[in-house]
Order: sequence, then structure tokens, then C-alpha cells
Amino acid sequence: MSVVTLTVNGHDVAVPAGASLLEATRVAQAGVPTLCHLDGLTPVAACRLCLVEVEGSGKLLAACSTAAAEGMVVHTHTPQLQEFRRMAVELIFAEGNHVCAVCVANTHCELQDMAVSVGMDHSRFPYQYPHRSVDASHPQFTLDHNRCILCTRCVRVCDEIEGAHVWDIGSRGGHCHIVAGLDEPWGQVQACTSCGKCVEVCPTGALFRNSDTTAEKQPDASLPALLRSAREQHRWNNQ
Amino acid sequence: MTRTVIIDPVTRIEGHAKITLHLDEAGHLTDTRFHVVEYRGFEKFCEGRPFTEMAGITARICGICPVSHLLAAAKTGDKLLALSIPPAADKLRRLLNLAQLTQSHALSFFHLSSPDFLLGWESDPAKRNVFGLMAADPDLARAGIRLRQFGQQILELLGGRKIHSAWAVPGGVRTPLSQEAKDWILERLPEARATVTLALELYKKLLDGPLQKEQRVFGDFPSLFMGLVTPKGLWEHIDGGIRFRDASGAIVADQLSEDDYADFLGEAVEPWSYLKFPYYKPLGYPDGIYRVGPLARLNVCDSIGTPWADRELTELRQRSGHPATSSFAYHHARLVEIVACLEAIEALVLDPELMHGRIRMKASLNRNEAVGVSEAPRGTLFHHYKVDDDGLLTSVNLIIATGQNNLAMNRTVHQIAREYIPDPVPAGAEIPEAMLNRVEAGIRCFDPCLSCSTHAAGQMPLRLQLLAADGTLLAERLRG
Repeated sequence: MSVVTLTVNGHDVAVPAGASLLEATRVAQAGVPTLCHLDGLTPVAACRLCLVEVEGSGKLLAACSTAAAEGMVVHTHTPQLQEFRRMAVELIFAEGNHVCAVCVANTHCELQDMAVSVGMDHSRFPYQYPHRSVDASHPQFTLDHNRCILCTRCVRVCDEIEGAHVWDIGSRGGHCHIVAGLDEPWGQVQACTSCGKCVEVCPTGALFRNSDTTAEKQPDASLPALLRSAREQHRWNNQ
Repeated sequence: MTRTVIIDPVTRIEGHAKITLHLDEAGHLTDTRFHVVEYRGFEKFCEGRPFTEMAGITARICGICPVSHLLAAAKTGDKLLALSIPPAADKLRRLLNLAQLTQSHALSFFHLSSPDFLLGWESDPAKRNVFGLMAADPDLARAGIRLRQFGQQILELLGGRKIHSAWAVPGGVRTPLSQEAKDWILERLPEARATVTLALELYKKLLDGPLQKEQRVFGDFPSLFMGLVTPKGLWEHIDGGIRFRDASGAIVADQLSEDDYADFLGEAVEPWSYLKFPYYKPLGYPDGIYRVGPLARLNVCDSIGTPWADRELTELRQRSGHPATSSFAYHHARLVEIVACLEAIEALVLDPELMHGRIRMKASLNRNEAVGVSEAPRGTLFHHYKVDDDGLLTSVNLIIATGQNNLAMNRTVHQIAREYIPDPVPAGAEIPEAMLNRVEAGIRCFDPCLSCSTHAAGQMPLRLQLLAADGTLLAERLRG
């Protein structure tokens, strides 16, 4: 196995060739925040929270989708990066309708935790208060577009782990939203196996069980990594 | 030239309001109005949300009585799911509501209203509050604050937090009562009993002495009274049927179902207030004036059903009549209800069924429309939801206790103003502080919660204005 060596915040780090910068920062215990990333799923660099500075690069790079390269000099917590991360979280809050107090995910929400960790106490950007709908057509689960941050974890877990590919992104720009099937009510999409993986990986209260009430959602975002490694290691007899 | 005297905002109540007193050209009082000047709009913005969220959302209407909305929403949710909650859950919910009634009544009596009785109507307004009470009678103030804390602590022991818990859910409750919590309640009950005993002794002395006039002129008029009663006609606070009793004591209607509220309750609107004016439909508007809340609950029931509370109820009826028609008797009724709550809390906590068995049932949506009811500290609370086949709300109607007392509050203000304002009011007259305070105190009899009833927010300073017929400001006093 070939290895690449680089420095992260002044620490020398060695990672397997092909590893991402995010993995390298984890080896260095740099604590780079992520929101859309989930171990076991393909990175998409949607949330921009894992941006890092690489000396010699003219732009900031998303650590989750950038391969570590020999000799890279990486900085993860410069004042500019910390400011940008806080700004990114503020923009996510301003773009949707996130009412933590009555949300099913309150106290178990990755976005809420992220706001705390980046030091956001308010949004400097005006709230957009978009008119968004709630899809409660599924017999077990509900999708509340108001709380969706378009991380696409649901899209990826359904496609890459469950293999059903129920979810996709529809429309453009500020109108982007998650669609089920061919933009149908979720409950009418025959491809859905009702496995609930999308609910488990959703970082906010956008996807939840119908019986969940305020602060009752307790997701398990470790599911994709567990399932992928179990498959790769043939932990089940029928594989 | 006609004039309008404005008290804006009214203090020591929960929410925003003002009072206007209208004088004709000769300075005679012609009209009084209790205006609620804020609007919150929960009924509208809840549309489109899953009904399962309503307990959490509507609990946020108010920081004083979130439990009332929580229970009404959970009960409406039960009916949408078409299920019966387990007996333990029913008892746990009852315990929650009893604790809520206790803490809210303690707040109303000790923190908001007793400074008027104990410190005097004419005392310095800067000191006529709970802090003034602490200075004048620290033991009583401490006992009152601890009585409220007793209720609040039970709310936290059950729901995990004192305010805005989402513990009651469609289908039951989330968590059981722990043995430690049960022990704590039993340990603190004697102190709570001692406090309400002290308050009752003190209050009855005042009632028999210096407060006799207030009892007579603070909203003493005939009206209907509405409240929940058990099937046997006993005092009730969460289930049972709705009873109306008139001022002569006759039962006008009994065991009405909340499902049929639209048949017997109308909701009138006036252009000068955001607070609706519910009325008893068979008598029309405004003749269908009725009162809800602690006094109404004690007036409609035959008895409470526990020994100490029934003794106190008998005394209340001996002093104020049955039904008691003076709104001032609300204060006495709150203390009697605290007694009833403490007795009921003790019985519930000692009930083995409270701690055993299932506490939550689950089901899918089975109905598209439901009405839930509970007795909030200030009176009967209705939640009416319509949902689509996916359980998303298409219509929400909340009928709040304070709104149902709206007509009575207006009449009370009018009666007090007639009694205490000179007739006619001399041109350019200063408004006496004692009069200002008594008009406000008339409203405080009802312990109105305007945050709930209009979905308004905030605190209330007080402004009183004397306006000419053309709206010119002739005199003004401000405080708060």
C-alpha cells in the first residue's frame, strides 16, 4: 500500500494513497466540521463546512472531496476559514424554516450542534421564510421541506446502500428541493422499500417517523458505514 | 365635548391590553372597553403542519399555562388517532394538569393580585407588587413563591422541564413518574397544604372586612357559568362533560360534548379588539355572556368530591352565594381550587395504577376532525383541528379561556368605572391612582392570559389617557 505524506496544521501526517484530505485531517485530529459528509457514502461537498486552505492552491478546497497529495501543506482553522464556516451555517439557517423549539430533531440535530460549534448565535443574513411544503403521504415517514438543507444524504443512502434510488434533487438554484420518484408524493413511489435509512441519516428534522413529536427523533447516522463495511467484509452468511 | 380615558397597557396580567373609558360631553361615563391589542396568529400558521406537532407548537403559546395547550392538543390528537389512552397515562396527565392549576393559581394570587389586598389599593404603585409583598410580609411571600414552585417542580418531574414541555403526546405521555419524583411530591405536600391554609385564613378575614365593597362592585352581575363536570356533576378539570349554570343556580345545559361546541358557542368579533367574544348561542350575542375559570368551575359543579375542598367550597358559597356572581370571588375560588388540586394530587400519587402499565399507545390517523378540551387555570380550553388524509392541518380553531371571559371582563370594567370615577368627570381632571388600579384589578380578577387568548406576546405597562371627542389628548398617565 503506497502512502502519501503531508502536513496538517504543522503536523506531519501519513495516509494511504487515495485517501481524502478529510481523512488526513482526522489523522491529525484537526476537528474539521462536516454536515453533508457521512462515512459510507460518496462525498459531494455540498455543505462547504469542511473547506480547508492548501498552500499553493488559489482557492479553498473541500476536504471531503479532495484527495490528499504528497507534500501538501494544509491549514484547517485559520480565522478566514472559521468565519466562512460560521457564515455557511448562518446561510443554511436563513435559507430554510428552522424552528428548533418545536422540531422533532431538537437536541438531536446535527445542524443545531453545528451552529453551536461554529459559534453562531444569530444569522447576519435576513431569513427568507420560504413557502415550503410537508410531504406526509408515506404511511410511516414524513418529509418536511422546511427543514431540509439539501445535504443529499438521503439521496445517496437510498441509491448507494439501499439501491432503491427513491430520492433526487429537483429544480435549480434557490428552488432546489428533494424529490421522491418522478417528483411524486413519497407515499406513491413504488420504489420505496420503507427501510427508513433516509430518516436515520438525515442530519435535521426534515425526515422523521410519523409518530415522532417534538425532540423525539433519535437518528443513527452511523448506519451507512456499518452496512457498507459489513457488506465489504462479508459479515453476513448469504453474501 | 366627549372624552375617552385610556388605560394602556394594563399591568400585572399576562399579555398586552388597554382599557378605554368613554365619557360624553357632560363628562358622564357612556362606555368602557377592554381592548386586546396584539395578535399572534397561531391558528393560521399551524395550517399545513402535521397534527402530531400541535402539542409542541401550541404549548409555546404561553409560558404560564403551556400545559393547558399541551393537554388539549394531545387530547385532540388522541381523537384523531381514534384511540383510548392507557389508564396510567390518563392519571399522569391529570397529575400534570393539577400541578399546572396549582402553580398558575399561586402565581395569580400571591404574585399578581395579593399586593392589592395586602398592601392596599392606594399604596405606592412602585411597591405594590410581589417585591413590595416580600418587604412587607417576607414569610407569606416566600410561602407563596414556594407553593408555585411546588406546582412547577411537579411539571418538571413529569415533563422534564418547567415550561414548554412536550411530554403529553397523542396516544398518552412520554415518560412515567419516577419513584424519587413521587417521594418528593409526598414530602412537599404538607408545606403546600400549610401555605394554602394560611392564605385562605388571611383572605377570608379580608373578605369579611376591608374587601366587602370590592366583592360587591368588582363585576357582580348575572351571567351564565361554564365548566367541565364529571358525569355525576362533580368538579372536573380534564374530562367529563360541559355544564352551563345560570345566575339563579339553574342548570341550563349539562354533559354537553366538546365535539358539539359550535352548536352552543358562538364567536363574535369587535373591530376594537383582537380578542374574540364567545357567547352562549341559544341566548345570542351579547346576552349569551358566560364566565369560565375557577369561579365558574366551582359554580357549575355540585361539589368537589374531596373533604377539605368541599368544606372550603361551602364557605365560599356561604360568603358569595351559589352561584357566586361577583367576579371578585375568582380570587377566593383560586385558593379553593388549590385545595382541591392538593387533595387530588395526593390521591393520584398514592394510586398504584399511576406507576404501572403502558403509558403510550400508537395508531395511525383514523379521523379527519376532532375537538379536544381541558380546563386551563383560566377556564375551559378548546382545540379544534381538521386534517387531510395525510394528517396535515387544514384548519385550526382555538377557543381560549380568557376570550370566553371577554364579555364579562368588559362588564366588570364598566361596573368598577361607574363606582369609582366621579360622575361627571370634571373637565381636565387628573385621574386618581386608586381608580386606575381598581379598574386594572377588575381585569386581574379573571387572571387573563392575553398571550394565550390572542396569541399576543409581551409584558404590560399601563397607560391611561383622557381624550377629547376629536381624539385630542387631554391628560395622560403612564407607568410600567
